[in-house]
Amino acid sequence: MAKITLDNLAHSYLPNPKSEDDFALKEMNHDWQDGAAYALLGSSGCGKSTLLNIISGLLRPSQGRILFDGRDVTDAPTAERNIAQVFQFPVVYDTMTVRDNLAFPLRNRGRDESYVAERVQEIGRMIGMEHMLDRKARGLTADAKQKISLGRGMVRKDVNALLFDEPLTVIDPHMKWELRTQLKKLHADFGHTMIYVTHDQTEALTFADKVVVMYDGRVVQIGTPDELFEVPEHTFVGYFIGSPGMNVIPARVEGTTASIEGTELKLSRGYDALSGKVEIGIRPEFLHLSQSEGMPVTVRRVEDVGRHKIIRAELFGHDINIIADEDEHISADMNRVTFDAAQLNVYVNDWRVAGEAA
Amino acid sequence: MNKTVNQKAWFLVLPVLVLVAFSAVIPLMTVVNYSVQDTFGNNEFFWAGLEWFKEMLESDRMWNALGRQAVFSAVILAIEIPLGIFVALNMPKSGFWASVCLVLMSLPLLIPWNVVGTIWQIFGRVDIGLLGYTLDGMGISYNYTQDPLAAWLTIVVMDVWHWTSLVALLAYAGLKSIPDAYYQAAKIDQASRWKVFRYIELPKMMGVLMIAILLRFMDSFMIYTEPFVVTGGGPGNATTMLSIDLVKMALGQFDLGPAAAFSIMYFLVILLISWVFYTVMTNLDKRDGA
Repeated sequence: MAKITLDNLAHSYLPNPKSEDDFALKEMNHDWQDGAAYALLGSSGCGKSTLLNIISGLLRPSQGRILFDGRDVTDAPTAERNIAQVFQFPVVYDTMTVRDNLAFPLRNRGRDESYVAERVQEIGRMIGMEHMLDRKARGLTADAKQKISLGRGMVRKDVNALLFDEPLTVIDPHMKWELRTQLKKLHADFGHTMIYVTHDQTEALTFADKVVVMYDGRVVQIGTPDELFEVPEHTFVGYFIGSPGMNVIPARVEGTTASIEGTELKLSRGYDALSGKVEIGIRPEFLHLSQSEGMPVTVRRVEDVGRHKIIRAELFGHDINIIADEDEHISADMNRVTFDAAQLNVYVNDWRVAGEAA
Repeated sequence: MNKTVNQKAWFLVLPVLVLVAFSAVIPLMTVVNYSVQDTFGNNEFFWAGLEWFKEMLESDRMWNALGRQAVFSAVILAIEIPLGIFVALNMPKSGFWASVCLVLMSLPLLIPWNVVGTIWQIFGRVDIGLLGYTLDGMGISYNYTQDPLAAWLTIVVMDVWHWTSLVALLAYAGLKSIPDAYYQAAKIDQASRWKVFRYIELPKMMGVLMIAILLRFMDSFMIYTEPFVVTGGGPGNATTMLSIDLVKMALGQFDLGPAAAFSIMYFLVILLISWVFYTVMTNLDKRDGA
């Protein structure tokens, strides 16, 4: 197990990158703690798989260094880094039995057979496949195969990190829960450093201690699920996490007042003069429909999703979403909206500005 | 859903039946017809029963040809399959050079059989051929018209040159279909190059390799043109393969009865071996699909 340090790291798939746009992964500096479970979250093509492959050593970064526990491993081949990786599509060796599959990484490293047998038995029990160790891997279901690849990753006790590249994509929904729970349990029991790549926010938020949100080749925020929900550092985080995502509305901000199309709104913090693209962001959970107070809105439709109601509305020509409690009565004359000022964030050029307590 | 019963639908099969009848069934039946009759000319035929079959089964000539044929097929399979796999493994995976390789490898496949024969016939000649002349100049005795070993070497090398590309291209297609993740997982598992081949590449290539083996077996077992052009079946009978022998018997000696019996047995042998291959292949598929 190891602390992973990304030092000035950047990667481009082009041989001679010129501008920043040529980089699939923009320059980044991060320390990832030993023994924590991280989720790399982002939409397709944001560079999360690139980052994972750099960590596992399948890709050499075009710039910067990567360190495991302070040791530079930038040029170390995958095998030397001692990491395990589970891929999107289950990789099993078809012609081998389940037992041989699990033993493969150990045998390749020349461990003695009695140790291998004991370890394989243990892992077989852990992934719940003890009873089919002697079956051929060919012809098993996708989730059984994925369990085998997971087991192959866990079989070495000394791995520095366990990497998962969207491992549940091909798994049936009802099995996803089971496997994810199993992963969490394994993490709790053995404390491996785990990095889990996904574009599914539920998966990321339920699995990880810390979620790393990536957007356009950049890490935009690293935080606990709570932090990502309450203080999104970037509008993308606000938009990507939450269902529906954060409302982002262009506004003018001066001191402790924001104005949307001339209508003023009191803020809980004060801001210096802001230049650039200024927006305010507020989650649908912190907007409330009202008959008398707040800004005028036009309600377009109300969707009842069971746990709560989502109100699709229009505020000065901008689409916004409001979440109301399931038992809250929505009447036709509710055409105003109030803001929960404490939960409102201000963004300049998509990045959050902290402001000072007013 | 109710199925509509309409016996007229059988007419839709008719064109195919007619076509197959003319292209396969009728010619085959003509052969069967010859194989059970004898003639003394004048288009008069007498019933001979299984006489010709008995005669052919007892003749050394057919068994020798069959033996030579089996050795030839075995030798070229033993060379072309491993060599083709080796070539495929070493071809670039993508980019400009991959295309260059593909085009170069396809070239021998595009050359007509008798042209290939002619090329090698000239290439190997001691008086004017590059290969024959060079070998002769180096003091190596090589003359495919007189030395059976030289004749065999020539047609085997010629077949390898002509057809290894086919195996290589099929194996290459099989290799290309393996997702990168397999290689990456193998790296992480610290698998050696041999183990990558043994546990990833070979199992994934198995399907196309069976097709390659089947195609090469059938083609080589029916080979006629190239050895006919290069050696004419000689020296002596050294390179007289089954089909060359058959043509000699049927058209050279005009022994229609024995030749017809010979053809039918030849046909049955190929059918039997192809059936075995087909069964093995479908079983492989079934195991994959399960």
